[in-house]
Amino acid sequence: MDFVRLVPGFPLLGVVLVALTGRFLGRRGTALVACGAVGLAFAVALGVTGALLQTPPESREVEVSLFTWAAVSDFQVDVSLLLDPLSAVMILVVSGVGFLIHVYSVGYMAQDPGFRRYFAYLNLFVFSMVILVLAGNFLLLYVGWELVGLCSYLLISFWYERKEAAKAGMKAFVTTRIGDFGFALGIFLIFATFHTLDYAEVFGSASQVLTTGLATAITLLLFLGAVGKSAQIPLYVWLPDAMEGPTPVSALIHAATMVTAGVYMVTRTHVLFELAPISMLVVAVIGAATAFYAATIATAQDDIKRVLAYSTISQLGYMFLAVGVGAYAAGIFHLTTHAFFKALMFLGAGSVMHALAGEQDIQKMGGLRWTMPLTSITFLAGWLAISGIPPFSGFFSKDEILASAFASGQILLWLVGVITAGITAFYMSRQVFLVFFGEPRYSQHTAIHAEHRSVPHESPWIMTIPLAILAVLAALGGFLGPVLEDFLGPVFAASEARQSLPPLNEAALIILSVAAAGLGIFIAWLGYIRRGVDPKLVAARLGLVYRLVRNKYYVDEVYHALLIRPVWQAASVLATAVDQAGIDGVVNALGSIMQSAGRGLRRVQTGFVRSYALIFLVGVLLVLAISTLR
Amino acid sequence: MPTTQELIAISPEIILALWALSVMFLDLLIAQSRKSILAYWSLLGLLLAGGAEFSLWGREEILFQGAFVQDNLSLFLDLVLLLATGLSLLMAKGYIKDLEMEHGEYYTLTLFATLGGMLMAGAGDLLIVFLGLEVLSLSLYVLSGFRRTEPMAQEASLKYFLLGAFASGFLLYGIALVFGSTGTTLLGGIAVAITEGGLLGDPLLLLGLGLLGVGLSFKVALVPFHMWTPDVYEGAPTPVAGYMSVVAKAAGFAAALRIFLSAFLQLAGDWTLLLSLLALLTMSGGNIIALAQSNMKRLLAYSSIAHAGYILLGVIALNSWGLSSVLFYLAAYGFMNLGAFAVIVALRDGEREYLALNDYAGLGSRHPLLALSMAIFMLSLAGVPPTAGFLAKFYIFGAAVQAGYGWLAILAVLNSVLAAFYYLRVIVIMYMREPAGQVAKMTHSPALALAIFLAVIGTVQLGLFPAAVVELAQASLFPFLGS
Repeated sequence: MDFVRLVPGFPLLGVVLVALTGRFLGRRGTALVACGAVGLAFAVALGVTGALLQTPPESREVEVSLFTWAAVSDFQVDVSLLLDPLSAVMILVVSGVGFLIHVYSVGYMAQDPGFRRYFAYLNLFVFSMVILVLAGNFLLLYVGWELVGLCSYLLISFWYERKEAAKAGMKAFVTTRIGDFGFALGIFLIFATFHTLDYAEVFGSASQVLTTGLATAITLLLFLGAVGKSAQIPLYVWLPDAMEGPTPVSALIHAATMVTAGVYMVTRTHVLFELAPISMLVVAVIGAATAFYAATIATAQDDIKRVLAYSTISQLGYMFLAVGVGAYAAGIFHLTTHAFFKALMFLGAGSVMHALAGEQDIQKMGGLRWTMPLTSITFLAGWLAISGIPPFSGFFSKDEILASAFASGQILLWLVGVITAGITAFYMSRQVFLVFFGEPRYSQHTAIHAEHRSVPHESPWIMTIPLAILAVLAALGGFLGPVLEDFLGPVFAASEARQSLPPLNEAALIILSVAAAGLGIFIAWLGYIRRGVDPKLVAARLGLVYRLVRNKYYVDEVYHALLIRPVWQAASVLATAVDQAGIDGVVNALGSIMQSAGRGLRRVQTGFVRSYALIFLVGVLLVLAISTLR
Repeated sequence: MPTTQELIAISPEIILALWALSVMFLDLLIAQSRKSILAYWSLLGLLLAGGAEFSLWGREEILFQGAFVQDNLSLFLDLVLLLATGLSLLMAKGYIKDLEMEHGEYYTLTLFATLGGMLMAGAGDLLIVFLGLEVLSLSLYVLSGFRRTEPMAQEASLKYFLLGAFASGFLLYGIALVFGSTGTTLLGGIAVAITEGGLLGDPLLLLGLGLLGVGLSFKVALVPFHMWTPDVYEGAPTPVAGYMSVVAKAAGFAAALRIFLSAFLQLAGDWTLLLSLLALLTMSGGNIIALAQSNMKRLLAYSSIAHAGYILLGVIALNSWGLSSVLFYLAAYGFMNLGAFAVIVALRDGEREYLALNDYAGLGSRHPLLALSMAIFMLSLAGVPPTAGFLAKFYIFGAAVQAGYGWLAILAVLNSVLAAFYYLRVIVIMYMREPAGQVAKMTHSPALALAIFLAVIGTVQLGLFPAAVVELAQASLFPFLGS
C-alpha cells in the first residue's frame, strides 16, 4: 500500500512534464501526459483501495511517512499520507471524476491558446486535492487546502483578459481567505492544546484533553474554514462568480471536488466535532439554511451555469446537514453521488454552450433534445438524480441524509430538507425544460457558428464519452450506498450509528420526499412545458419576493457597502495620510527645489526629517512610559 | 596581546576586515573597465569567511575578557549575513556598472557593513554592540547615497544619516544608563549585577533598557521608528536596498538576541508588554500601508517592516522554540526578500529601472522564468505553503501560541491574511494583466541569474526540507536555554 504515494506522484509528474516540456509535446502530447497522469493516479487509487479491502476492516488504516518535514524540540511534523476508507473514497472520486473531466477538457479546450497552461493547472489541482485528502496531519491538510485554493483562483481567472474573470478570481480569493483565517486559527488552537498536529494523536487523546468549551472553539474555527471553502452562508458569494472559469473547471473544482473539501474536513475531524454538540448543531443549521437559501436563488437565475452553481451550494448544504447530525457516511455518500451528477450536468452545460457559441442564457435556448441527443439524455440522468427520483443516485443519498436528520430528532431541519428537495426538483426541471424542450429560441438571438453550421451540433466523442460514463454513474451510483457505508463504517465506528427508524416511518419519509420532488417537477412542467401558468405572471404577482430572489437577496451589494468599501477607504486614507504626504510630497517638491536652490532644499528636507524625528520621539516616549511606569 | 586561540576564533571577522581593505587597495590597480573583478574577489572573501565560520562550528569561545563571543548563535547569524551579502553582491555587479557607479568603494563598504553586523552578532559587551552598529550604519549611509548624482539618493542618504544619528544617540544614552546602574557594559557582568545588586526594578536600568531598545528598533525598522525605511529603500540603489532589508534587520535582531539573552533575561517579564505592542504596531502598520503601494521598492519596504513585526513574536515567546524560529525566519526571509529585490534588479533596461507595479504586467508571458521566480518569492513572503515563508511563519506563530501569546498569534495570522493581498496582487499583475504603454525590459546577466536561482533554491528548500536548518538554529541556542 506504499504505492499510495503514487496517487499524488503522477499528477505532480504531470505538472512538471507539461510545464517544462509542453512546448515540445504539442497539444496532443500535452493532453496525453495530463490525462495519463490522472488516469494512472486513478488506477493506483483503485489498486490501493483493493489492497485495503483485503485487510480486515478494523486494521484498514495505513500511514505512509515520506519524510520529516518540520521538527522543533519535541514537536515533529512528517509529510505523511494516511490511507483509510475515508481517504480511499475521496481519492477515488477526485482522480476518477478528475480523469473524466481531463478527457472532456481535451475537446472543450481544443481551440484555446492557453491549452498547456490549462492542463498544467488542472494537474496541479488534482495533485493538491489528493494531498488534501491523503494528509496524515493538520499541517499537510492546510498545505493541500491552500494549494487547491491557489489552483482555484488561477483557474477561475484563467481567461484573465475578461475583466469579470479576473474580478471573480479576486473575489474567490478574498472570501475564502476569511474562512482560511479561521481554519489556520483552529489549527493553531489544536496545536496549542495537543502540542501535536498528527491526526492519530489528536483524535486519540481528544476526549481526555478537550473540555467542551475548547472543543467548541476549535471546531467552530475549523468550520469557518469549511464555510469559506465549501461556499456556505455567509461566505458562499464567491462560488457563483467562479463560473467565469472554463466550464470543465466549474465541474471539477467548483462542483465535484474542491468545494467538498469542507465536508471532507469536518468528517475527518468528526471526533472533535462530537465533543462539541453546539458546533454540530451549528454545522447542521448552517447546512440546512444554505441548502434552502441557495435553492430559492436558483429558481430565478437565467444563466445555465449559475443555476448549477447555486444548486452546488445548496447540495453542499445537504452534506453539512448530514455531518451535522452525525450521519458522516451519508454525507460522504452524497458527496460521491453529487460529484457524479453535478460534474455530469456541468459538462453537459459546457457541451450546450459549446454548441451555442458560448451562449449561457437559458431563456435563449430550447429544443436542444433533437439536435444534441447524447448531451440531452445524459443531462436528463443528472436531472433525475439531483431531483431525487428513484432509482437515480441522488434519491438514495438525499434520502439517507433526510432520514438521518429525522432520526436524530431534528424535525425542523428535516422539514427544511424536504421543502428544499421540492425546490431543487423545480429549478432543475425549469432548466431542463427551458434548455432541452420546447421550441428553439436561440436562432433569433445567437449567431451560431455562422461560419460553418447553422444548427447546433452534438459535441465530439471525446466530450460525449465522459458524459456517458458519468451518466451511468449518476443513474446507478445510488446502489453503491450500502457498500460505501459498510466500507466507511470502521472510520466512524466510535460514533453512534443512527437509530434505525421503523420501516413504516422510513417508507413514509421516502414517499414524502419523492412527493416533494414530484410536485416540484410538476409545477415546472405546468409553467415551462404546458404553459398552463405563465411564469412571468407569477413573478409579477410575487413582486418583491421575486425581485429579492432574482437579485440573490442583494447580498453582494450589502457586503460591498458594509465590508469592502470601508476597508479600502481606510487603507487608502492611511496610505495618503502617512505615506504619500511623506514621499510624494518630497518627490513633487524636488522639482521646485531645484529652482529655488539651497535655501528651499534645506527647508523642505529638514522639514520632513523633523516630522519623522517627531514621530520617532513619540515612539521613544511611548517606550519609556511603558518600560518604566507600568 | 590577543592569544593565538583568540585570533583563530575571530578569524572570520579578521578575514572580512582584511578583505575589505584589500579591495580598497586592488581598486587602485584595476582599470575602470575591469572593476567587476572586485566583485569576484569580494565573493571569494565571503566564501573564505564562511568557511572559517563552518570550521568554528560547535566551539564556544569567549574572547577578549568577554567582549566578544564566538558561539553557534553568532556563527549562525554570521552565515545568514554572509549569504545575504553574497546574494546582494551578485545582484550588484551588473547593476552598478550599468548605472555608472562601479567604484571599488561599493564592495569595500558592503564588506565593512557585513563586518559590523557580525560584530553585533557576536558582541559580549554593549560597547561592541555600539561599535558594530556604527560600522554597519556608517557604511550603509554612504551606500544608500551611492548614486551621487541622483537627488533621490542624496535625500535617502541624508535622511538615513540624520535619523540614524538620532537613534544612535538614544542607544548610546541607554548604554550609559545601564552602565550607571550596573557599573559594567559587559553583558555577562550586567546579568550578574542585576542578580547580586537586586536591580530588578531599578528605574535607571529600565530606562536604559528602553533606550537600548529604541536604538535597535530603529535599525530593524519597527513602527514607529520606521519612517525612514520606504524613502531610503526607494532612493538607495536596488541591491543596497535588498541588502539593507536583510542584513541590517538580521544584525539588529542578532544584537537584540545577544543583549536580551545574555544580560537581561531576568527582566523578561518587563519587556513583553512593550514588545507585544511594538510587534502589533509594526505588523499592522507595515501591512496596511503596503496595501496601497504602487512602487515595488516601497511595497517591499513596508513588507519588510511587517516581517520585522512577525520576527518580534519569536523574541517575545522567549523559549527555545521561539528563538530558534527567529533564526529560521531570518534565514528564510533572507532568501525570499533578496530574491524579490533581485527580480527588481533584473527588470531594467540598462540604467532605466522599472519600479512601478504596473511595469510587471505581462511579465508572465514575456519572461516566464523571471515571473515564476517572482511568484515563488511573493508566495513565500505571503506565507503560502509549501515555501520557506510558510514554515517560518508557522514556527514563529506556533512558538507564540506555545508561550501563551495566542492573542498575538491570532493578530499575526490576521495580518498575514491581509498581507496576502498585496503579494498576490503582484502575481495577478504579472500573469493576468497586459502591459499598457511601454513594455518593461529585462537585463540578462549570469551573476544576477545565479542570485535569483540561489534564492529560489533556498526558498523552496527551506520550505520542503527545513530540518537541517532548524537543527542548526536549535543548536545555536543550546547554551542559552538548554534544549
